[in-house]
Amino acid sequence: MSTLLTLALLLVGIAASGWVLRFAGQKATGNAPTFRDMPFAVAFGYVLGACLLLFSVWYFFQPTVTEAGVPNAGVVFFRWAVQFFIIATIAAYLFRVLGRSVGTAWSKKLFRQMPLTASFGVLVVILYAFTAIFAGWLAPHGQEEIFTRVNVLPGGNAATGGDPLHPLGTDQIGRDLLSRLIYGAQNTVGIAFVTACLAFFLGGSLGFLAATLQGWLDQVLSRAVDVLMAIPSLIFALLLMTIASAWAGSERWLLTVYMIIIIAVIDSTRVFRLARAVGLNIVVMDYIEAAKLRGEGLSYLIFKEILPNATAPLLAEFGLRFCFVFLTIASLSFLGVGIQPPLADWGTMVRDSAQFINFAAFSPLTAALPLLAAGAIALLTVGVNFVVDWMLHRSSGLKE
Amino acid sequence: MSRLVEIRDLWIEGRSDETWSPIINGVSLSLDQGEVLGLIGESGAGKSTLGLAAMGFTRDGVRISKGAVEFDGIDLISASAAKKRELLGKRIAYVAQSAAASFNPAHKLIDQHTEGPVQHGVMSRAESVEDAIELYRRLRLPNPEEIGFRYPHQVSGGQLQRAMTAMAMSCRPDLIIFDEPTTALDVTTQIEVLASIRDIVDQFNTAAIYITHDLAVVAQMADKIKVLLKGDEVEEADTRTMLSQPKEDYTKSLWAVRAFERPQKPAVHTSATPVVSVQNVSAAYGKIPVLHDVSFDIHEGRTVAVVGESGSGKSTTARCITGLLPPTQGVIQFDGQSLPASYKQRNKDQLRQAQMIYQMADTALNPRKTIGEIIGRPVQFYMGLTGKQKRRRVEELLEEIELPAAEYLNRLPSELSGGQKQRIGIARALAAEPKFIICDEVTSALDQLVAEGILKLLARLQDDLKLSYMFITHDLATVKAIADEVVVMKEGEVVEQGPKREMFIPPHHPYTDLLLSSVPEMDPDWLTNLLDERGVDNIGDAAVDKMS
Repeated sequence: MSTLLTLALLLVGIAASGWVLRFAGQKATGNAPTFRDMPFAVAFGYVLGACLLLFSVWYFFQPTVTEAGVPNAGVVFFRWAVQFFIIATIAAYLFRVLGRSVGTAWSKKLFRQMPLTASFGVLVVILYAFTAIFAGWLAPHGQEEIFTRVNVLPGGNAATGGDPLHPLGTDQIGRDLLSRLIYGAQNTVGIAFVTACLAFFLGGSLGFLAATLQGWLDQVLSRAVDVLMAIPSLIFALLLMTIASAWAGSERWLLTVYMIIIIAVIDSTRVFRLARAVGLNIVVMDYIEAAKLRGEGLSYLIFKEILPNATAPLLAEFGLRFCFVFLTIASLSFLGVGIQPPLADWGTMVRDSAQFINFAAFSPLTAALPLLAAGAIALLTVGVNFVVDWMLHRSSGLKE
Repeated sequence: MSRLVEIRDLWIEGRSDETWSPIINGVSLSLDQGEVLGLIGESGAGKSTLGLAAMGFTRDGVRISKGAVEFDGIDLISASAAKKRELLGKRIAYVAQSAAASFNPAHKLIDQHTEGPVQHGVMSRAESVEDAIELYRRLRLPNPEEIGFRYPHQVSGGQLQRAMTAMAMSCRPDLIIFDEPTTALDVTTQIEVLASIRDIVDQFNTAAIYITHDLAVVAQMADKIKVLLKGDEVEEADTRTMLSQPKEDYTKSLWAVRAFERPQKPAVHTSATPVVSVQNVSAAYGKIPVLHDVSFDIHEGRTVAVVGESGSGKSTTARCITGLLPPTQGVIQFDGQSLPASYKQRNKDQLRQAQMIYQMADTALNPRKTIGEIIGRPVQFYMGLTGKQKRRRVEELLEEIELPAAEYLNRLPSELSGGQKQRIGIARALAAEPKFIICDEVTSALDQLVAEGILKLLARLQDDLKLSYMFITHDLATVKAIADEVVVMKEGEVVEQGPKREMFIPPHHPYTDLLLSSVPEMDPDWLTNLLDERGVDNIGDAAVDKMS
C-alpha cells in the first residue's frame, strides 16, 4: 500500500513540477513561444525525463557490493549497460567521422547524412560480417577444442575465477567461449543470411508473379500461403525438422541444408504476402500499363519495372526477416534440432548456460555467461534494424 | 468596410537539403470585410503558402522569416497557439482542393460539420445540424435534409466540395480561404460549385481569398486579383482593370494563352483509309456496360478530340483501342486491317504503331529509372538499337521535345517539373516511331502556360511526322486549340461528332451546348449572365440530370 502511495505522490509531484516548470519558463523568458505554447503533457515529459536521468546517475554510483558483502547485481548490470552504451555511442561517432573523411565522394556524402543510430548499425554489421568471414583466423582456439578447466568465469582475472587464457571463460565441458562466440557468428549469421536470401527469392518472385498475373495463379498461391501461415511457424518447423533428421540420418551437413530450406519456405510466406501487396499497388501504375502495351515480357515487368519500386519495403522486411530467421535458428538450436554440436551456435550456447542466470544475485559474472551469446544475438538484431530504418527513411525521402 | 486582413512584406522560406530557400519574397496584401481576392499563378508560385500564411499557419518545414500577418488587428505570427485555436475554424476557415482527401472517410458529413461549431461553442449540436441542413439547401445540394447523414464516399465530388464549403461556413467565419476548390471537377460540376460559393460568400458578406490557376474562374469570383510568379508579386488590380489592361508582360502572357488555335485542316477525301477506325464498339467492365456502339475514324495527320465529362467513356474507348479492354462488340481497324481485340494477341509492330501519352506523368514514368533508360527502352525494344546508336537516338528524341540531352539523360523523373515529365512521356511514345498516338488528358494536370507549350509541341510533331492523335480531354479550350474533328461522348455514347468548325457553331446537341456554355470565359460577367439566362437550376449537373 505504501509503495502505491509513494508512487502516486511521486507522480503528483512530477505533475506539479511540470506545471511549475512551464510557469517559470513563461515568466523567465517573457512568454516566449516555446513555453507559451507548451502543452502540459510535454512539460510533464520534460520533468519525468529529468527525474529518470537523475535517478540513473544516482543508481550508477551506488556501490557494487552491499555492506553485508553481497554483490549488488542490479547496479553491476546497470553499470555494464551504461558503459556499453557510452562505448557504442563513441564508437559509432568515431566511425562516422572516419567515414566522412575517408573514401569516395559518394560514401562521404552518405556518411554526412547518416544519423548516429545508422552509423552504429553499419559498424555492427561490418564487424559481424568481418568476424564471420575471418572466424578461423580471429579465434584463438578451435570451436571444438576442449580444455581441462571447465566453467571458467569471464573477465580473465584469476582472482574472480577467470583465466587469462580464456578471456570470456569456458563452458561446462571446457571449450573456449570467445572462440565459440566467433565461430557462432560464422555458423548462425551465415546460415541465417543464406536462409533469409532464399526466403526472399522464393517469396518475392512468387509474390510479384501473383500480383502481375492475378487470376487463378494468384488464388492458388495465396491460399497455399494462407494454409502454411495458419500453422504456428515454430511448431511447424520443429515438426519438419524432426522428419528431416530422420531423412538426414548421420549426415549432419544434410540436416543443416534441410533446416535452411524449411525455414526459408516457412518465412517466404510472409515475404510473399508483402511482395504481393506492394506489387499490387505498383501494377496499377501507368508505367506498368505502358510497358505491357509495349509488349514487354513477364520477367522484364517483374525485375525491371516492379522490383526497383518495391526495394524500399522489401529491404525493410529483409532486415526484420533476417532477425526473425536468425532467432528461429537460435530457438531451434536451443530446442536441440537446429545447428548440431559440436558446431558453435549462439542459440545452443544460450541453452547450455541458461541455468547460470539463476546465480545473478550472488555472482554477476557467472550470470554473464548466457548473456554473452544472447547479447551477440541482440546486438546484431538492433544493428540490422537501425540500418534498415535509415534505408527506409532515405528511400522515402527520394519519393518527395 | 473595415480592414480584415493585412499582410505586410511577408517573407517565407522552405527547408530543402539543410538550407532555407525562399518561397514568398516580400508580398503584401490587404483584404476588407466581404471582399474576394483572387490569387493566381503557376504551381510553385507560392499561392497556397501565401493562402495558409493568411491564417497564420505554415506547413512543416516552412517558416515565416519576416513580415507581419494581421487578422482583424490580431498579429497572427506572434499569437499563441491557444489564441489561434480560437480563431481558426471559427473566424477563419479553409476549403481544400481535394474534398475527397480532406474529409475523414470514417465519419458522416454531418458529424464533421458540427464538430467546429460545437467545439467553438457557437452552437449546440442540434442547432448546428439544423444550420447545416439550411446551408446545404442554400448550396443547392440535393436532399439537404438527408445528405449530411451520408459518408464522404457516398456523395459525388462536386457535392463533397459544396459540403466542404458548407462546413467552412458553419461558424460564419469572416474569412474563407479557397485553395483551388474546383480544379479537380468537370466543367459542368465546376459551374455549380462556383455559383454556390459566390452566392454564399455574398449572402454572409464573407471575405475570401480564392486561389486558382484558372483565370476564367477567378474572373467570376474575385473583386480584385493578385498575380504571383515564383514567390514574387507581379501585379495587383481590381478584376476588370486586370482583365482589360494588364500591365506586366507576364500577366499579358497568361492572358494570351487561350489565344493559341490551330487552323482547321481541310477535310480528308472520303475514300481515304483512316489510320484508326473504331467501328460499332461496345464494351463492359464485368457485367456493367460502359460503351454503347461507338464509331469514329481518325485520319492521317489529323487530331480527333474526344470530349465528355468524367465517366462518359472517353478513357474506356482508349482502352479498347489499345487492347487493354477487349470490346464485347465491334472492331478496331488500323490502316484498314482489323486488330486483335486484346493487346496480348497483337504483334510487336501493331503495338508499336499505336502509342499512348498519359494524364499523370508522375505515374506514367517509372520513378526509379533515368530519363535515358525510360526513352531508351522502346528504342531498344522496337528498333533493336543498342550502345552508341541507342544513345544517339535518345539524344535525338530529347532534342525533338526541346530538352537538352546532356543535362537530362541521367536524371530521375522526380528531378523534373510537371511539364518536362509530360515531354518525356511524349518522347517515349515517339521512340516507337508510331503512326498514331492517344493523348489522355495530357494537359489537364499542367499550368496553362506549360500546357500551351505541350500543345504547341504536339502540333509541331504532328506536322513533322504526320502523326494522328486521339485527344481525350474535358477542356474545351484545348479542343479549340488543337482538334480537327470533335467527338462528344456522354454516358458511353457518342452524342455528336463532326469537324471542329461545325462544333463551335450552333445548333448543337443540347449536351454539347451545355458543355460549351459551362466553360468559364474571361468576362467577369459571364457567370452572372449565364445564371440570369438559364436560372440556377439549369446549369451543371442539374441540367445534365434533366436531360437524361
